[in-house]
Amino acid sequence: MAAIAIGAVDISLAAVFAALLGSGDATAVAIVRDLRLPRVVLGALVGAGLGASGAALQGALRNPLAEPYLLGVSGGAAVGAVTAFALGVTSDGAITLAAFLGGIAAVFVALAVARVGGRSVRADVRTLLIAGVIVGAFANAAIMVALASSDPNTVRGALWWMMGSAADANWPRAGWLAVSILAAGGGLIYWAREIDVLSLGEDTAASLGVDAERAGRRVFLLAALLAAATVAAAGLVGFVGLIVPHIARRLGLRAHRPLIVAAALIGATLVVAADLAARTLAVPTELPLGAITALLGVPFFLVQLRRAA
Amino acid sequence: MIAFSGVVVAYPGMGRNAVDGVSFAAPGGNLTALAGPNGSGKSTLVRALIRRAELSTGRITIADDDVASLSPGELATRVAVVPQREEAAFPMRVREYVGLGRYPHLGLWKAASASDEAAVADALIQADVEPLAERDTDALSGGEWQRVRIARALAQKTEALVLDEPTTFLDVAHEMAIFELLHSLARNGLAVLLVSHQLNLVARFADSIVLLHEGRVAISGSPDEVMRAERLEAIYGWPVVVSRDPAVGAPALVPLRRPRTL
Repeated sequence: MAAIAIGAVDISLAAVFAALLGSGDATAVAIVRDLRLPRVVLGALVGAGLGASGAALQGALRNPLAEPYLLGVSGGAAVGAVTAFALGVTSDGAITLAAFLGGIAAVFVALAVARVGGRSVRADVRTLLIAGVIVGAFANAAIMVALASSDPNTVRGALWWMMGSAADANWPRAGWLAVSILAAGGGLIYWAREIDVLSLGEDTAASLGVDAERAGRRVFLLAALLAAATVAAAGLVGFVGLIVPHIARRLGLRAHRPLIVAAALIGATLVVAADLAARTLAVPTELPLGAITALLGVPFFLVQLRRAA
Repeated sequence: MIAFSGVVVAYPGMGRNAVDGVSFAAPGGNLTALAGPNGSGKSTLVRALIRRAELSTGRITIADDDVASLSPGELATRVAVVPQREEAAFPMRVREYVGLGRYPHLGLWKAASASDEAAVADALIQADVEPLAERDTDALSGGEWQRVRIARALAQKTEALVLDEPTTFLDVAHEMAIFELLHSLARNGLAVLLVSHQLNLVARFADSIVLLHEGRVAISGSPDEVMRAERLEAIYGWPVVVSRDPAVGAPALVPLRRPRTL
């Protein structure tokens, strides 16, 4: 509520309530209903998606440093979006779709790479992670090449997008993201106990009747889907998927079903707060959301590393 | 009873079969030990049992049911396995961890019933880790952690228990405690199959020993039949004498200092 109230134009909480209900000053109604509310909703959804994705991945990979963008999703989505920019596409929906398809394509490339690299036909999750990093690096190189030969406007648009921002929020985008997150996040929650078992290691998982490769791949795909949807909606918002699961674990949650739900809620709160900071700290300029989360995330991460050592 | 018959497992790029026609049985009520040099195929047999390694030929049965015909979930309600390596990335409560042993019975959504909770409580008591139940898994000593892992397997309430080197890195007292535990579990009717390098302890505790060498059963039988100096020298490629344990009279292996030319 506070996030809706505060902004370049401050609106009192009472006026926010009134506007939400459709009464009150027409300008306030417009700002609240068409600008602030979709933005807050989009930010919350992005945070929820990244938090849930990170919590599931860290468990399945047994790696506290795993995060959704490592899957190559971010690079692939950026390639999709930048390609769309470079081709002169201006339609918001088309760029979002291009980013989403790019992210998903990168995941499948990573899966294929892992399959070549793995000793068996089935790729293990660690190989998948490395393949994701490689595909992401390749995608970044491709972006640089594409941008080098683009006009300054394209470069500016692409850069803004890569820094992450909820500024272009609108209802269709938020709705579309909500559907993706409910579907993929729901899948992760459905299979959460399998992630509990996977977190014990592949041999132990197998001894408990879980096909570690198949279950690992399933988590990988669902987590990637979540990440791709958020990247398509708001660009790259780093560190949320990495630090939020740690906060949830700090609250004493261990089993992945409550952990994923909690990570989604904490992620939502964090991104809404970060976005509030992004649009209010330097009015009238907007700071990139991705930069804010990184500024928050890096110190947190260092503290985490120190504790682990 | 777990029975291996004519089991062959091949890994791509390996000159010989990792396991090459192995047959033996680990009956209920017995502690059966699987021993042999590094690379003799012990762990591969365990992996084949949990279907992490594919059989080229042969079959593995649990009480006459072919393992290949059971779903992974069904298999996990019949035989519990404590694999050699397990790195838990995130600590959890010991009771929760042992509770994961109920996963094959509960699946993705079923809530734990009174009988599931009883199985966990039993397992904690049997493995003598009840006092540790509310601790975090990263606050356990090596010996405690191994017993907690055994408790997790016991919570599966299976007819057979397989352990791959459960006493590696443990001191004498903790090692003895594990062997005593496995022995008493076998006496209570469980089929216990133990992969171990500790020939002398195995000779004291096991009902029978299966000694593998280069993927084949080199010799199997009672400890007295298996613990013969000439055979062990040939298999391990190191000079040994077999003496008698002064306290209990079990055959005891003493490796000599310097290898003679064999």
